[in-house]
Amino acid sequence: MAEAETNLPGTSAVEIKNDPRVPAELNNNVFITTLDKIYNWGRKRSMWPMLFGLACCAIEMICTAAARFDLARFGWELMRPSPRQADLMIVSGTVTKKMLPQIVRLYNQMPQPRYVIAMGACATGGGPFKEGYNVVSGIDKFLPVDVYIPGCPPRPEALMHGFIKLQEKIEKQSIRTVPWYQPGGDDVVPVPMLGPDVVDLRRTAEIAEKTRA
Amino acid sequence: MAEATTTVPPAAKTAARAEKAEKKPVVTLATLTPEMASLQQHFGADLIQPAPYEGVLITDPARLTEVTNFLHDELHLESLTSATAVDFIKEGYIELVYHAQHITGGAPLCFKTRVSRKDADTVGLPSLTPIYPGVEFQEREIYDLYGVRFNGHPDLRRILLWEGFNGYPMRKDWHEAYYAQDTKPYDTRWPAGNHKLDEERVPWADNVNYPPNFNPAEYTRNPDEGLYDTMYKEAPEQGPTDTPYQNTGIKTDELIVNMGPQHPSTHGVLRMVVKLDGETITDLKLVLGYLHRNHEKIAERNTWLHNIPYTDRLDYITGMPNELGYVLGVEKLLKIKPTERADYLRVIMCELTRVASHFWSIGFLLNDLGAFYTPALYFITEREFVMDLFDEITGSRMMNNYMRFGGVARDVTPEQLDKIRVLVNERFPRAIDEMERLLSDNEIVRMRTIGVGYLSAERCVAYSVTGPVLRASGVPYDLRRADPYSLYDRFDFDVPVLYGGDVYDRYRVRVLEMRQSLRILEQALAQIEQTKVGDIQAGKKAYIHRVPAGEVYSRVETPKGELGFYMISDGGQNAYRYHVRSASFINLGALKEMTVGMKVADAVVILGSLDIVLGEVDR
Repeated sequence: MAEAETNLPGTSAVEIKNDPRVPAELNNNVFITTLDKIYNWGRKRSMWPMLFGLACCAIEMICTAAARFDLARFGWELMRPSPRQADLMIVSGTVTKKMLPQIVRLYNQMPQPRYVIAMGACATGGGPFKEGYNVVSGIDKFLPVDVYIPGCPPRPEALMHGFIKLQEKIEKQSIRTVPWYQPGGDDVVPVPMLGPDVVDLRRTAEIAEKTRA
Repeated sequence: MAEATTTVPPAAKTAARAEKAEKKPVVTLATLTPEMASLQQHFGADLIQPAPYEGVLITDPARLTEVTNFLHDELHLESLTSATAVDFIKEGYIELVYHAQHITGGAPLCFKTRVSRKDADTVGLPSLTPIYPGVEFQEREIYDLYGVRFNGHPDLRRILLWEGFNGYPMRKDWHEAYYAQDTKPYDTRWPAGNHKLDEERVPWADNVNYPPNFNPAEYTRNPDEGLYDTMYKEAPEQGPTDTPYQNTGIKTDELIVNMGPQHPSTHGVLRMVVKLDGETITDLKLVLGYLHRNHEKIAERNTWLHNIPYTDRLDYITGMPNELGYVLGVEKLLKIKPTERADYLRVIMCELTRVASHFWSIGFLLNDLGAFYTPALYFITEREFVMDLFDEITGSRMMNNYMRFGGVARDVTPEQLDKIRVLVNERFPRAIDEMERLLSDNEIVRMRTIGVGYLSAERCVAYSVTGPVLRASGVPYDLRRADPYSLYDRFDFDVPVLYGGDVYDRYRVRVLEMRQSLRILEQALAQIEQTKVGDIQAGKKAYIHRVPAGEVYSRVETPKGELGFYMISDGGQNAYRYHVRSASFINLGALKEMTVGMKVADAVVILGSLDIVLGEVDR
């Protein structure tokens, strides 16, 4: 069997033909890469977003998933209504205080690794409704956000750009350092409480102290 | 921006303006219509007086039920279209404003009553739910936001906020965490220009406020308090009038299931709490407010012009008609008329929106029927053509911000008009034909929808239901005919009416309406050629409008139904009261009656046939 003269593209760093672990007859068929690369390559092209719309941005999200903009090209189209099956939460719209406990609970129910995209002005920082008494000034007050997409609402192209940015972020992650394989890497957020106003349970002591007359 | 910029007024001028605003506007009393006069004649001039600007005032709130009964039974005002409250903090009372109407058309009759701010949540008012069941949700909203108690209301709980929320947010003396000033533009931002982030200003560095001595660790109140109380009781032997439900088969355990707020079928963040007997729904309650983003409170701070983009976000699928309703109301107050061309452009945009919105809603009705997403893809594709047009003409796909007081923001080019013509004359008729071919005689669609979610014409009217849902029950009520606005009296079109009152007929009415919209579009596209190009703004353009003191209830027929704006101006640059009567919100009031006795899978379909949009429900 003739030895392969050239390496496969993308594997030039590895000398397959001289690698004693690879049998000679498999020289042309083996593709060696790093674990990180193959791990991230698989993950970034099979994101399952949660089927979860909050407001106006959800309409643009639906349009993005529809025939014209076709998210399926990126491997993102499989929207799961159950958080247990989803990797990505697209916070698409105004986060209200009344809805906040549910959003946080949904986030906690998603298995790791999980990502959050804040779609649109409202999810990013409250948007035009920021001053409203029932509006949370951005989901990042509670959840760790990976990608922010500006716009009111962002156009489908902008949403796709956000997706691509998330893919780029995933590409840079390494299996050795990702938090979900580290001890204590479970980033469960305490579900906020609806009291006289929304209560961030991480600030309970501070609230009790400050309101004491 | 297409606006002409106004120069920054010097400080002295601002002060002079403020002084002018201090002067109390002269309040004119309403002139009585014959109906109001007969009301006055019957009850006497002591009880019934002309109210400021519009309507009649019932001076003794304890006799509200008596007067309303007369309105309903003797004057035949069958439907109470809107109910809201206004907080007159200086005068010390909360005014309740009701609009009742004949289902045969004409302007609504406005009647008001007053309750003192101190007594509002203790003494309260008689509830009108026994006479007009459709007022149930609106009274709950008033209770929630203004703290007015309604005696005799079947389920008086907070609707948009949660039990335990601190205070009644729409009252004028209630301030949110980020409160800066009563009216915009805020002095700190303009003209001073030293703007700070809200988070840096407020004590909690967040949009929250807590009452004194609040300890979260000891707080136990349930935000859903009272929600399940009436549901756990023994089920009534019979459901509401039209859908008698009796379990004659196997006895099963009753089960209460929460659908939503995160549920693929609820069209957003709606929560339905259903009580099930097997698969049959025996009771249903709605929990709203998951998208309550305080449109009204914010709008009462905004300048008049500032509000136009906010109306886009009410029912975010139909931005154009929302803007039209608001702009028409302010134009009435300003006493200006838009130019011919602007009027035609408004009609064209609104009717294009209607077609797009019905495409969307039918697509998602199919989604709810179980044909997941594939049929919707076809209809979204058609809607994209309208989105592209809006994008080109207004600069945005959904949030158009296109209409102005006295006109529109941008003119269209002849090429754009030709594009609309191609859509109207060729693309859309074919698309609608195809849709009908696929769906109208489809066996599964027919089996799943015919006879499902029935609501009779009488009950529809009692529940103040509007839009295609009402017309599918056999009531030919379309505001474009019943109380014409804009140019709709110029066009030749029919109001489609069907008599099934079920999901199938609601779908069919929407299809017929799309064809009528195309008819209107055809005529409008022909007639717009006679108007002057570029003449799209009457009067001068301005950032800050000083709207004369007055009061207006302006309403338009959006694809969902009647959208009303009730606005009070005190002569300043902001609305004193701004209320949105939204079709989706009030149509939802009838959902329980349509659903009880049906299977749980049908509930999803019935909800889909109502075509609600949560932005408009919760505002």
